[in-house]
Amino acid sequence: MEEALSMGRYGAYVWSSFGLTLLVLAINEWRTRARHRKVYRNVAMRIRAMEDKR
Amino acid sequence: MWKYLTRLFYRFASPPHVYRLAGRLTPWLMLPGAVLIVLGSWKGLFLAPEDYQQGDAFRIIYVHVPSAYLSQMAYMLMATAGAIGLIWRIKLAHAVAVSAAPLGAAFAFLTLATGAIWGRPMWGTWFEWADPRMMSSLVLLFLYFGYMALRAAIDDLAKADKASAMLAMVGVVNVIVVRYSVEWWSSLHQGQTLLTDRGPRMSEGMLAPLLINLLGFTLLFSGWLLRRVRTEVLLRERRASWVGKMVAAEGAGA
Repeated sequence: MEEALSMGRYGAYVWSSFGLTLLVLAINEWRTRARHRKVYRNVAMRIRAMEDKR
Repeated sequence: MWKYLTRLFYRFASPPHVYRLAGRLTPWLMLPGAVLIVLGSWKGLFLAPEDYQQGDAFRIIYVHVPSAYLSQMAYMLMATAGAIGLIWRIKLAHAVAVSAAPLGAAFAFLTLATGAIWGRPMWGTWFEWADPRMMSSLVLLFLYFGYMALRAAIDDLAKADKASAMLAMVGVVNVIVVRYSVEWWSSLHQGQTLLTDRGPRMSEGMLAPLLINLLGFTLLFSGWLLRRVRTEVLLRERRASWVGKMVAAEGAGA
């Protein structure tokens, strides 16, 4: 376990690279999902408001 | 034959068709992509042999190279889609170009960040301003920022599509520089590892996790791209009757 964490003496560099990658991937996932949901909600609200006016 | 192909192309490129198809495909790309990344990273971190020169630091390659490949691939996709949109006036192509930009920027950032983290123990510096590979990669990130800023600055959608497509096409020169910089000029950055005349310059045990991660990152990117294309199609087509019908049907089903 300790050996895996230390990665020779490059543990800080290797794990920070993988950690940063995981963070960027997670942000991408969250951002694309949240944006689609927001746009869909806005479009749906607009369409329903127009239908109510009619 | 040509007529049939044209009809097929226009049917395939119709916004409602793309919206539905992208929605169906996205989970089938994302899930295998995530699984492959976990598998490739695990093999790369724990099973791949240590590099005789760089020791365990070389394992950063398993996130650095897929990011670099995607940052360039996303730009080429953005420029190609922009050119298709300009030449054949296909709005969907512009939607693809717009959708690729933030993803490409994220991977360009990741390329620079992981490259800097890798460079510190290997070269003794985070970033070398005179290095052609590093500088052209930084320019690539700025090109993405410029593309998004240009679009944000123009209110008219058609004008924004045209202007940003032009910028994307001009920027292709930089992608070529990124790709060949290590061959054209003397660089601190190592030469090509995968795409060389004599095949990959890595042992099989090191290569397999890299190929797995390349495929995993590509699938994940494709899933995000399709999701972003759906969002962009919805924005652009919000006044179309098919969107109204779809929202009404989904509202009734909810």
